[in-house]
Amino acid sequence: MSLPTLDFSLILPELVVLITALLVLIADLLWPRAASRGREQAPAVLALAGLILAGLLTLLAGEWSGATLQGMLVADALARYLNLVVLLAAALGLLLSWSYLPHFSTQRSEYYALYLLAVAGMLFLGKSIELITLFVSLEILSIALYVLTGFHRGQLAGGEAALKYFLLGAFSSGFLLYGAALFYAATGATRLADIAAQNAGGFYMLAGLALFLVGLGFKLAVAPFHMWAPDAYQGAPTPVTAFMSVGTKAAALVALFRVVQAAGSVPVGVWATALAFLSLLTMTLGNLAALRQSSLKRMLAYSSIAHAGYLLVGVVAGTAAGFDAVLFYLFAYAFMNIGAFAIASLLERPGFYAVQDAGIHAADGLFGRRPWLAVAMAMFMLSLAGIPPLAGFFGKLYLFAAAVESGWAWLAVAGVLNSVISAYYYLRVVVGMFMAEPSASAHLRLPLPASATLAVALTALGTLLFGLLATPWFQGISR
Amino acid sequence: MPLLFAALALIALVGAAGVLLSRNPVYSALSLLLNFVAFAVMYVMLSAQFLGVVQIIVYAGAIVVLFLFVVMLIGGNLPALGRGRRAYVRAAGVILAALFLLALLFGLARPLPNGLAAVGAPDGGSVQALGLALYVDHIVPFELASILLLTAMLGGIVLARRYQAPPKD
Repeated sequence: MSLPTLDFSLILPELVVLITALLVLIADLLWPRAASRGREQAPAVLALAGLILAGLLTLLAGEWSGATLQGMLVADALARYLNLVVLLAAALGLLLSWSYLPHFSTQRSEYYALYLLAVAGMLFLGKSIELITLFVSLEILSIALYVLTGFHRGQLAGGEAALKYFLLGAFSSGFLLYGAALFYAATGATRLADIAAQNAGGFYMLAGLALFLVGLGFKLAVAPFHMWAPDAYQGAPTPVTAFMSVGTKAAALVALFRVVQAAGSVPVGVWATALAFLSLLTMTLGNLAALRQSSLKRMLAYSSIAHAGYLLVGVVAGTAAGFDAVLFYLFAYAFMNIGAFAIASLLERPGFYAVQDAGIHAADGLFGRRPWLAVAMAMFMLSLAGIPPLAGFFGKLYLFAAAVESGWAWLAVAGVLNSVISAYYYLRVVVGMFMAEPSASAHLRLPLPASATLAVALTALGTLLFGLLATPWFQGISR
Repeated sequence: MPLLFAALALIALVGAAGVLLSRNPVYSALSLLLNFVAFAVMYVMLSAQFLGVVQIIVYAGAIVVLFLFVVMLIGGNLPALGRGRRAYVRAAGVILAALFLLALLFGLARPLPNGLAAVGAPDGGSVQALGLALYVDHIVPFELASILLLTAMLGGIVLARRYQAPPKD
């Protein structure tokens, strides 16, 4: 017997995030007594520093050549891009939390520690190449997000959202675990590489994969497993919604991609067809429901469901180009979606954040009050609708092109038709901002918090640059 | 060995029947204890020592004690328990139990799937084998599980604390 040698440099960014989470918990104690002014923001400062350091480590250090930690975690190019998407989304969501959190909670250390633990769970999930590791990582991020969803405890909607999310999430974890058990029954292995090598066919693999699709479908908010998403997204504090709508999707998609690749013995046509129908159902349902919403946040929640459908198109394509398109779209989505939620969070505050829901008309007349906010919001909406030359357009272009190339033309057509439907509700917001009389939004005369303004500026810049420089970025990902 | 097994099986069955038939919930819980202990001995006989020990510590120890606590808290003598239950509830229970029995028999009658061939290996359930699997082969998910527990603990503390609204400024 020999003790295992573990190369921790492969999971350096994840370790940084974890250690930061532990430091944040005791940040109040670490902060020097004399500087009582900055003390309140100490957890946020630390957390942001940790995220930035992890991002730099992802960019600079490590080989990312596919070396594995005992066959459990892998540092490959896919994991690297996932790291960047998740850390980007987390940093932007954290900037939103900065000014938002103090208005509804005093538990700052706990909030940021849970937030970082959720980030760590996502990063580990993206690196998991073994069923147990995959499941435990998924649970880390899920449990942290259940609590964050209900973090505004002075508000009933938050508790309701957290409870729904928790119950359905726990249920879906059961599905996923059952799927993992069936994979083990068929192959006697838990490492995805060993499962693929066994090439075992038959009922157990098929049923296991189906259960995996259900379990990960819940996390991705794919219809018909999306019922929790509108409530959870609406009831959660808006910065949490912004972060989890991007981060969870990204990590779960990478896990889904790795699992379907490992289940090679199940004919590609079977799971791809199943996923194609899920994708069609998801985007159609999400878009049709978004048309009828009276709350801005809920509309964005349904739009987020629809986008899960678009993202699945890339997985259905099953090719490397398809998944490169998914990665590109995730970057674009991180910018435009978090930007949209950022503006929604700014519109929510009558006076200061009372954390009330912003109605669909909350943005009416915004151009007269805050021209730059209105321009940024218009960019996010147009990009989400997929209008050139913004990031969302190129994201959809690459996704649908990959689908057509691998013979899924009808799915691409369905995606384009859905984008047309979605344009209606996105453009309605834009028209309201520029044409309508201002609603009772006198609070917009108050100074904007600097951190949220920075987040809006960064996301707007990203949405624009990812559109204008789409080709070099996409080539960078495909390489 | 077969004689020992038969004796243990009988004890386990008596325990299970006791759970169902006792009027007093405390007797039910104690019958459950009998059932658990019989199973623990069977696990040791099947050379799964660790499982046997866990069965005693977790199930017989912690869970039965928890049951007893709950029973004591809500009052040990509950004549209403089990009475006044509608006929269709009982019928549904019997049907579900029968279905479960059928599923178990079906599963046992079929050969094990390929992947589970190694499960019955001699000494596979010993403490040593389990320790090696846990701390050498699966050290990464094991450590991740500790992060999961930390997350759950932190979440529990956050949700259980009394909500304190921040001061309005």
